[in-house]
Amino acid sequence: MPNSKSAYSFSNKKEKFDTHIIVVWVDNEAGVLARVVGLFSGRGYNIESLAVAQVDEKLKISRITIVTTGTPQVVNQIKLQLRKLVPVHKVADFKREDKAVIFKEMALFKIVGPNNKLESALKACKKYNPVLLDKTKKSNVIQITALRREIDKMSKDLKKFGLVSVSRTGAVAMTRGADIFK
Amino acid sequence: MSKLYSGAEIVFKCMEDQNVDHIFGYPGGAVLPIYDELQNFKSIKHVLVRHEQGAGHAAEGYARSSGKPGVILVTSGPGATNVVTALTDAYMDSIPLVCISGQVPTHLIGTDAFQECDTTGITRPCTKHNWLVKDINDLASTIHKAFEVATTGRPGPVLVDIPKDIQFQKTRYNKPKKEKKLNGKSHNHFNQNSIDELIELMSKSSKPIFYTGGGVINSGPKASELLRELVYATGFPITSTLQGLGSFPGDDNQFLGMLGMHGTYEANNAMHDCDLMINIGARFDDRITGKIDEFSPKSKKVHIDIDPSSINKNVKVDLAIVGDVKTVLSSTLKSLKQKKSKFLKSNKQKTSKWWEKIQKWRSVRSLDYIGSEETIKPQYAIERLYELTKDKDSYITTEVGQHQMWAAQHYKFNKPNRWMTSGGLGTMGYGLPAAVGVQVAHPKKLVIDIAGEASVLMTIQEMSTAVQYNLPIKIFILNNQYMGMVRQWQELLHDKNYSESYTAALPDFVKLAEAYNCVGIRAKTPEELDDKIIQMLNTDRPVIFDCMVDKVENCFPMIPSGKPHNQMILGPKDQESKKITGKGKSLV
Repeated sequence: MPNSKSAYSFSNKKEKFDTHIIVVWVDNEAGVLARVVGLFSGRGYNIESLAVAQVDEKLKISRITIVTTGTPQVVNQIKLQLRKLVPVHKVADFKREDKAVIFKEMALFKIVGPNNKLESALKACKKYNPVLLDKTKKSNVIQITALRREIDKMSKDLKKFGLVSVSRTGAVAMTRGADIFK
Repeated sequence: MSKLYSGAEIVFKCMEDQNVDHIFGYPGGAVLPIYDELQNFKSIKHVLVRHEQGAGHAAEGYARSSGKPGVILVTSGPGATNVVTALTDAYMDSIPLVCISGQVPTHLIGTDAFQECDTTGITRPCTKHNWLVKDINDLASTIHKAFEVATTGRPGPVLVDIPKDIQFQKTRYNKPKKEKKLNGKSHNHFNQNSIDELIELMSKSSKPIFYTGGGVINSGPKASELLRELVYATGFPITSTLQGLGSFPGDDNQFLGMLGMHGTYEANNAMHDCDLMINIGARFDDRITGKIDEFSPKSKKVHIDIDPSSINKNVKVDLAIVGDVKTVLSSTLKSLKQKKSKFLKSNKQKTSKWWEKIQKWRSVRSLDYIGSEETIKPQYAIERLYELTKDKDSYITTEVGQHQMWAAQHYKFNKPNRWMTSGGLGTMGYGLPAAVGVQVAHPKKLVIDIAGEASVLMTIQEMSTAVQYNLPIKIFILNNQYMGMVRQWQELLHDKNYSESYTAALPDFVKLAEAYNCVGIRAKTPEELDDKIIQMLNTDRPVIFDCMVDKVENCFPMIPSGKPHNQMILGPKDQESKKITGKGKSLV
């Protein structure tokens, strides 16, 4: 393109991207997830992980936990837009380093290999309360709950013991102490 | 046991209860049961458009000029997709619309049935909310809620998609519940402290300005009254965005004219140099701010808006007041009267230097143009149109482009809801169907679409609608045979490479008018212009007025891109000294 002339303004600012864990309480109805996710995708934002399930059967409220990275301004705008959606009840925004909040993710690892490797794999998971969900002569399915980066690390470390498949939930969050988020 | 109604009947029962008197629509397979019921509801009049986009814009014109929500009825598939442009337009400009669309029967959804599309999926990002009704028992409450969502808070479009089988099913009808809260979302989130702070800022300021927008209009006529009261009580200068025109009298001495890319020299310079900016119901749009880093660098900024997501979106502000303009203004006036009853007197001295400066900018006369005796200058055409219609309480719609900006600059509005233009989305083809909607809402009033020949051709088919319903709209085309704004940018920013901006083979608009069975008038010289305009005004039928104007006139003043407010280019006389250079060429 010979000297670009067609943009109203160019931004030279390189803004810092932060990781945010955004929790949204919504009416559990058709299309609600698409509305929430659309606010991210419409701004070209990728969602790193997403966990959603109904948490109140009577009121039919679902809780959506989204992990994303973005500039403060855009994340703030997404939050404000979320609050405007008709089925949205409340929105919380946590930073990963926030000490007052617990973040957890669950992962299932399938290990295939000889017995000694299966055992080594289980041992490697020890820190993260491993639960052996399935066991055959040649394979194990191990469940752990841990932080995202810990699961990232385990997914790498278990390769040498015969890790063939990983399934993980995406982060869920809850505040510490007696208070709940309002 | 109360009576059972079909889904189709319930649609109209809801509309009756919502005081709908006109709907704009186009029938088709998936809404036939609804059309079947139309005749049984005499209080609701249907306006048959010629294209669903026209229905959408007509509903917008209706809504903007009346303050009531516009209602649209379209069929599934292409009916729904054709209305998407209008929904997006309404979303951008915060216009309350309720669109009812037909859908294929429930059991066929997802089978790629004939005229099926994922309507709620397609319209999700361009509506405030939408619903696919899958249970007849939800229909009435959904439609009532749709009206509520469209009209409360920051208004906007909503869509209710109704499968054909639901339209046939029967159930009881429930009247709307009063005052139902939307998840507890109320719209006034300010307290007296913010108002006190605002008054404090106002009393300290020596270079204040009000910057007002469409939010004032959307807040209702009372908001415009309160705005006038506040502006007169303070003696501050006021400027308005494109959408806000009419909320303050355009011919008042305190009014600096429109601001922004094609705003006046005095408005933009005052925005740049002020020490206090009070934004009322505007949203710091990029056409307003210009280069954002250098936008009004020395001012304290106050933002009054009903939508919390508008605050700090583009420009960081010092004081945010989230609430309905009307409520905020009335609180402000009340406090002002209590605490600073002699505000005007005490502040006159303080702002006198500021006003002197503004007068100096004014004396530049940035809207001036070089007149001509041979060709009609487009600005002259608007000026004459204004002079000849200003006593008539006229309603003006526009298309998008140069003519739109000239209309905004040279037509002076004194009342709210008189000016309907597509600002946010910039939809060519908006004005003609919008004029249809305005005329439906105000049958006795003068309604003029100030148009460009390129824009108007995008929805020209709606002339047929105007003729069918005896809507005497006036289509005033500034015909320069170019897509004028495109041509202007190409001249100024793309080395005069007029790529595809000239329309060869334009229709003969006078003959076209005759073909539609309305009246065609052509003006070619400045000399005959007044007589022809009067002839148009005296015609009680739809008119297409082909005003042949200077082909290469540019719209000035203009903030070139990459420039802040205080570096505008003025008209032809000024251009020699301020050429757009290098980086500044990066315009849209």
